[in-house]
Amino acid sequence: MTATLLAVQVLNGLQLGVLLFLVAAGLTLVFGVMDFINLAHGVQYMLGAYLAVTFHQLTGSFFLAVPLALAAALVLGLLLEFLVFRHLYDRDHLDQVLATFGVILFLNEGVQIVWGSAPLSYPIPALLEGVIPVMDGFGYPIYRVALILVGLATAVGLWLVVTRTRVGMLVRAGATNARMVSALGVDIRRLFMIVFGFGAMLAGFAGIMAGPILSVEPNMGDGVLILAFVVIVIGGIGSIRGAFVAALLVGLVDTLGRSFMTDIFRTVLDPSAANQVGPALASMLIYVLMAAVLFFRPSGLFPAVGR
Amino acid sequence: MIRAVPSRSPIPLMLLIAFLAVPAIAGASDTSFLIVMATRVMIFAIAALSLDLILGYGAMVSFGHAVFIGIGAYAVGIGAAHEIYDGLITFPIAILAAGLFALITGAICLRTRGVYFIMITLAFGQMAYFTASSLSAYGGDDGLTMWGRSEFFGVAVLNDPTVFYVVVLGCLVACWGFARALVSSRFGRVIRGVRENRVRMQAVGYDPYRYQLVAYGIAGMMAGLSGALLANHAEFVSPAYMSWQRSGELIIMVVLGGMGSLHGAVLGAVAYLVTEEVLSHYTEHWRVIFGPMLILIVIYARGGLSRLLDRTGSGADG
Amino acid sequence: MRKVLTAAAVAAVAMIAGAAIAAEPMKIGMMVTLSGPPAVLGKHIRDGFQLYLDQKGGKLGGRDVELIVVDDELKPDVALTKVKGLLERDKVDMVTGIVFSNILQAVFRPVTESETFLIGANAGTSTFAGRGCNPYFFSTSWQNDQIHEVMGKYAQEKGFKKVFLMAPNYQAGRDSVSGFKRYYKGEIADEVYTKLGNLDFSAELAKIAASGSDALFTFMPGGMGVNLVKQFRQSGLDKKVTFLSAFTVDETTVPATKDAALGLFSASQWTPDTDNAANKAFVPAFEAKYGYIPSLYASQGYDAAQLIDSAVGKTGGNTSDKAALRKAFEAADFTSVRGDFRYNTNHFPIQDFYLVKAVKRGDGKYHTAIVEKVFDDYGDVYAAQCKM
Repeated sequence: MTATLLAVQVLNGLQLGVLLFLVAAGLTLVFGVMDFINLAHGVQYMLGAYLAVTFHQLTGSFFLAVPLALAAALVLGLLLEFLVFRHLYDRDHLDQVLATFGVILFLNEGVQIVWGSAPLSYPIPALLEGVIPVMDGFGYPIYRVALILVGLATAVGLWLVVTRTRVGMLVRAGATNARMVSALGVDIRRLFMIVFGFGAMLAGFAGIMAGPILSVEPNMGDGVLILAFVVIVIGGIGSIRGAFVAALLVGLVDTLGRSFMTDIFRTVLDPSAANQVGPALASMLIYVLMAAVLFFRPSGLFPAVGR
Repeated sequence: MIRAVPSRSPIPLMLLIAFLAVPAIAGASDTSFLIVMATRVMIFAIAALSLDLILGYGAMVSFGHAVFIGIGAYAVGIGAAHEIYDGLITFPIAILAAGLFALITGAICLRTRGVYFIMITLAFGQMAYFTASSLSAYGGDDGLTMWGRSEFFGVAVLNDPTVFYVVVLGCLVACWGFARALVSSRFGRVIRGVRENRVRMQAVGYDPYRYQLVAYGIAGMMAGLSGALLANHAEFVSPAYMSWQRSGELIIMVVLGGMGSLHGAVLGAVAYLVTEEVLSHYTEHWRVIFGPMLILIVIYARGGLSRLLDRTGSGADG
Repeated sequence: MRKVLTAAAVAAVAMIAGAAIAAEPMKIGMMVTLSGPPAVLGKHIRDGFQLYLDQKGGKLGGRDVELIVVDDELKPDVALTKVKGLLERDKVDMVTGIVFSNILQAVFRPVTESETFLIGANAGTSTFAGRGCNPYFFSTSWQNDQIHEVMGKYAQEKGFKKVFLMAPNYQAGRDSVSGFKRYYKGEIADEVYTKLGNLDFSAELAKIAASGSDALFTFMPGGMGVNLVKQFRQSGLDKKVTFLSAFTVDETTVPATKDAALGLFSASQWTPDTDNAANKAFVPAFEAKYGYIPSLYASQGYDAAQLIDSAVGKTGGNTSDKAALRKAFEAADFTSVRGDFRYNTNHFPIQDFYLVKAVKRGDGKYHTAIVEKVFDDYGDVYAAQCKM
């Protein structure tokens, strides 16, 4: 039984990790290539989910809602780039923080005006309903398995784009030395726009995929944003590989910590004390992990060369 | 660019006059709420000022700064829970505890730089937050009600809103004066030098790490003082004081006001909190207005509000 | 600085204007949470209150009402500043609302010490029902424990062998577990405390399955509850484990959980289908005005307005005679939409509590409905500690 439980929890950890990777990938690219701190990345995740709610209501189909919401997320991302972010590329990091914080305030409140403050949702598509039986009366939802697979496929696709294509080469070059790339005659503005739009779409995609299992509500992006920053910092800024490894690490540590921390403390403390200490420590476990990683590797696990 | 030395801006004097005028205006219009609100603004101004000291002058962007406020507040709150109301005991404990926490965590955080520093300070902030939330003996997440304000020499002087206001104003002026003296001292020049060129400072024989750590500790102590004042102001202590959102707000205040000028931080705290209060009076969706305002300030007012005011001021002069 | 002066000027003008007409309307300050995801709770309470006020032509107890709604942002220190604004700047005659216990904790002292009546429309912390009870505080909701006790009593009567307890890791979560255990004496499989704001319950669901429990008792307000309900259903656990909950399945969450919540149990003192004349007038009017089905929170807001209406009416519109007004509040001479309602010695209601479950209405909308009455005219356990 314990082995089964452990296996299920590892799957759960992977699934959380994959979701985090989708958000963190865009964030680390934008940060790495454009040297731009985009706090608004979390609200783009939220927008993806809200757009999917609307398109699901309109079309009644999950598989139609996904591409439509993706396209809309891309358009909104580019619109934000045009209206706000474009004016901030050559600014101080903290100017970017302040302005993108303004974007967060605006969009978090904006969705409450448009969609209301009550939580919303849309169902799992019929095709992916059902469970893979694990124990008596409990199964692992097929949708979550699909989520893991889609996330892994996206990771592989991203890796191929970054390592095998011309755009990917420019992205890698940009992450190492953006000024040099620009000096070599590459239209850096266009590259930025592509990277940015793509990042926004990935965050939106994560939100869309999370919609059927998580509630769609205002501010849902804030917590995810912080986790995504934890991931890219552990992984090393600008590194897709780092983001992938760190996302899985964070997902696993968080999930396993939540599942077993209290039990571990029960072996040494009395139950009520364990119930106090266990959950508190489980909540802060990923931050302990981050602090530990940065203590030993101050630039993350996979620091981008040249930074 | 951030100015190296505090300039002879008229803003500090203007702010001081405004703060001094508050009790008079409140007295004339018989509204003690103005004093309550202005007291809160000044408490956050002290915290923002302490953050500016390390953020503006030392490029140490702490994303866990609210924790020092929280530690200061809990020192006073926990004291009150054990019937210790003597401010001469609780205030020094609040300041020292916050400073000690700053030194310990700073020793680890300062191994990193840039965004890594931002995130590792966040990590310690979150650890402290979750610890406070699980302190069920002191109310846990619900917070801790204090049944009275701190006393000095056996007298509860802070109970009078105007006296409390004057005390907080005195603290703010003292902190500002201390910070100003600090940044123009040799110590302050080393801190700024490290920000501009770390390697050169090392080459001329300074150990950047030690200087930064001391600055971080001082900022922590100052924020601890603001926390002790906040606990007295609210007569209530809660883990919410040290949430990451609060730390973020402090950064926003400093950047909004204009970093690296000290009075900019004060101005930022004033602008942030007063705008919030005024806007939220008109609509519950005030953030829809406030968000774009921040964006416009970044795009069109480089260097924050203090630069904007200085520029319009000097423009009018000549 | 210009902003300070402007604010000062605004405040000053508001003050002078306020003084001139102070004799006329009764000012009621409503503090609710209107920011972030919990905003939905605050909105329900406000809308419920506003509906009754509108039905009475903007008057309560024969006096014109100026309702000042403020958002506490779920930050205790912000709540404190704003409540001082209500008391000292707006000089309100009473304060109502208050969604969360940590906010109640923060504003309780300043409001009651200024001898202003605080009509709590939701949070019911044990402190203020017991030792910390106050002559200036009245609640139109419940004492927190009561809702959890309903589920504990039901689980005990129903004879569940092994129950798994799960709540967020904060004070209200721990209170909920102790409230449940007051009546449930069977085996507890495990007590799990999750992070506040936890999104994904897959890890916990796996543990529940492995524990071999036949029921789950949980307290997961707001978005956490939506996530839990959906994921509980998706895992197939619903076929083996009975879902007992508090503040998890209600009209603020069932529009999002839809079919996933159908048949899941919760506890409440009121549902939209509560069978009495007052409620039959309330629910359709509410839906017609706001376009959504009211929740228990909305009913508490509506009853808060009714309570004020009845009390101020009794004193002939006089709000300055505090003793008379208190007596009028204690009488609670109004027809609550929940049915039986009278005040206990600690100013919390003595009322009936029901086991409820989520159902789907003919028009495809979701709400909760009464399954059976669990407590009749039930007062809370802390009232004995209240010396007033």
